[in-house]
Amino acid sequence: MVVSFAIGRQALAQARAAHTVDSFLAIHQDGSVTIFTSHVDIGTGISTVFRQVAAEELDIPVERFTVIEGDTATTPDHGGTGGSTGVPRGAADIRQAAATARRALLELAARRMNRRASDLTIEAGEIQASDGAAGVSIASLIGGKRFDLAVDPKAPLKQPSEYRIVGQPVLRADVPFKCTGRHVYLQDFSVPGMLHGRVVRPPTLGGELVSYDETAIRAIPDIKVIRIGNFLGVVAADEWAAIRAARELKVVWKDSRDLPGSDDLERYLRESPAADQVVVNRGDASGALSGAPKKFSAAYYWPFQSHASLGPSCAIADVTDAGITVWSASQGAFGLRAHLANVFGVAPENVRVIYMDGSGSYGTNGAEDAAADAVLLSRAARRPVRVQWMRQDEHGWDPKGPVQLLDVRASVDAAGNIAAWETEMWLPGGPPGERALAGPELAGMKQGHGQGAGLMTMNADPPYRAAHVRVVAHNLRETPLRLSNLRAPGKIANVFAVEGFTDELAAAARVDAVEYRRRSLDDPRALAVLDRAASMIGWRARPSPNPDAAQGNFRVGRGIAYLRYKQAENYCALAMEVAVERSTGRITVRRIACAHDCGLIMNPDGLRNQVEGNIMHTLSRALHEEVRFDQSKVISVDWVTYPVLRFPEAPPVEIALINRPDQPPYGAGEAASAPVAAALANAVFDATGIRLRRVPFAAERMKTMLARA
Amino acid sequence: MPNYSFRVNGKTVTVDSWDPDQPLLYVLRNTLGLHGAKFGCGMAQCGACTVLLDGGAARSCVTPIRHAAGRSVTTIEGLGTPENPNAVQAAFIAEQAAQCGYCTNGMIMAAQALLDRNPHPTLEQVKSALEGNLCRCGTHTRILNAVMRAARA
Repeated sequence: MVVSFAIGRQALAQARAAHTVDSFLAIHQDGSVTIFTSHVDIGTGISTVFRQVAAEELDIPVERFTVIEGDTATTPDHGGTGGSTGVPRGAADIRQAAATARRALLELAARRMNRRASDLTIEAGEIQASDGAAGVSIASLIGGKRFDLAVDPKAPLKQPSEYRIVGQPVLRADVPFKCTGRHVYLQDFSVPGMLHGRVVRPPTLGGELVSYDETAIRAIPDIKVIRIGNFLGVVAADEWAAIRAARELKVVWKDSRDLPGSDDLERYLRESPAADQVVVNRGDASGALSGAPKKFSAAYYWPFQSHASLGPSCAIADVTDAGITVWSASQGAFGLRAHLANVFGVAPENVRVIYMDGSGSYGTNGAEDAAADAVLLSRAARRPVRVQWMRQDEHGWDPKGPVQLLDVRASVDAAGNIAAWETEMWLPGGPPGERALAGPELAGMKQGHGQGAGLMTMNADPPYRAAHVRVVAHNLRETPLRLSNLRAPGKIANVFAVEGFTDELAAAARVDAVEYRRRSLDDPRALAVLDRAASMIGWRARPSPNPDAAQGNFRVGRGIAYLRYKQAENYCALAMEVAVERSTGRITVRRIACAHDCGLIMNPDGLRNQVEGNIMHTLSRALHEEVRFDQSKVISVDWVTYPVLRFPEAPPVEIALINRPDQPPYGAGEAASAPVAAALANAVFDATGIRLRRVPFAAERMKTMLARA
Repeated sequence: MPNYSFRVNGKTVTVDSWDPDQPLLYVLRNTLGLHGAKFGCGMAQCGACTVLLDGGAARSCVTPIRHAAGRSVTTIEGLGTPENPNAVQAAFIAEQAAQCGYCTNGMIMAAQALLDRNPHPTLEQVKSALEGNLCRCGTHTRILNAVMRAARA
């Protein structure tokens, strides 16, 4: 690993010119190929897809490709990881660069071989003529040299019918190393002269540092305490020394006490000043509703949740007079570079962010904050510093998936189908722009206080035929906790409300839940996933709740949910079979069946892995997860106080991947998360006759509701 | 400075530690350069740091180095290599049972400990043995498939 800070002019030019072939691809003299990208593979397997698309267009074996990700000095900026853009944007850009390169190589070979380019083919990196004349290897044509070509958006691409690599379950290159302890994570990395750092955080989120006393840590070897305003940290050559010093340093803080607490957020949301946003307005929903003889209404609630990454965030920073180098697992290396440059007052060209794999993140976890902590400590210590967040740091201080409250109202026609629908939601918020970094905030540095949580308001309207639909969002001007774009932001809660409420309307009309949806959907791709999921779970048509739910102490039932992600991307239907234990309120998911259509499938194994991951992750969020905080601090700071799904609860999951090679490919990092909570609540209703409208579906809450029923 | 001798992956090592209560996790990672075992919580709540101590699964984040003295430690590096994975590792690779892979060390070590004492567990026994191992990416399905696959091998 090259630690040197010198950034060559060529590499910088390469980084800026995001649309040249050379910014994405380098073909070497030995025939191997390096792909450069800003889309980092945080465990999704997307880097395998990148190898596949480039290998396909160039007809070079996929094993010869490696990927360099997220280095602001050497990779182009074509977007960070997030928003399910890895396939539709990241892979598309690389594919187009490879296609441009292919055409250029064929033209070069044509001149060399005195043939027409259209008479040449490529096989395993060798360009051949159809008449068997002596060919030429790609490596000998271009190896070690630059193309000096802009990416041509019109360079011809292979057709799906020709694919030999795309669409195959190509194995990931990193898995053998991860399974044998040889994969170097960010957390495993070190640079020469590096110190270990730990931040000593106030016990309350807005605490002020009054004083500290080093007497207690005098026996710990080679410790230096660093204070900048309210930011307090320790650095040491030995990691355990840094941990003990941070723990044992005596500190006096002035506590803050300005949070609403997590128990009464519904009232906080309804009463705080907000800006209104009309998201959808079709027909005249309020008019139709006010005139309706019968109206239905319900409120749904989704709490603040945390990434709670298994490995707490980590960063290494090396601050010198020349600038800043940061090693980070952030999903957006270029965004982090700009952010750090801004906050620390360093020109962006003097800040280098180098991505390394960390523990999985699903939007924005503590990675950027850890980076800023490391910069603060390195700048003060004048040495490279590695900061490793502890468990309480990650749970207590990472930016959070927002709380959401939704009121839903509807009226139905004579057949019970939706006539008019209103969704009204309340969301915490703040100004646009970069969020405040925790360490610089404590250090009293000037920075923006943006609250970016992603596209929160999508999928809050039903996907079913309805003449009058209105969605309004009340965007609060503030938030008690910093916000993050946690996986499928907003859309999980929106679909929880929409698919839960649709289910309520179906039950009120005494219509089977699948049939109720089917008859108001026209899109054949929607019907296909709905029917497939129903078939896989063994759905028998009848209204809910289940007349035969009783099985001793258990109540059993099944539920289903459907969506089209962002109303324009993946089609996904998910069905569940559950058993609810009456004496404890514990919900056991017996089976899950999911039908998923994301258009053209790039790698069916990688896709299946992502869909499974979405489902299990969100099952954990629906059953267990809630950030709890009091007036001063987050109090759910470890795996006991922030419980998550454990193996004994993991149900068998059956997944049908519907491949549509004639359709554009969508990303699969988020969509299958969206229907999970709704399908679960619908299954619980089928089993018990009780509607769960508030996440998490904790056993104690279920037990209380069962006792009341 | 006091030192501690123990076996790691079949070799005897002697390490210095200024603190007899320094967790084995940091000695393995920082002194011995064995980074397979991961820091997840430092409180034995998540299983990411799991190693085998005298053949049984142990959470290295709460095992003081003085406790390891004279004993035998096996880390994930000691089970196999990318070119030559052992049976459990090969099963995980064949099932592509990883997303970010940060939990993988704990999963493989816990699975190895289980299969060493119960070569043919039921699915329920596997789930129970892995109850203390957390995974946030949701790789549970594949991890269970991998362990059952290794059990059948």
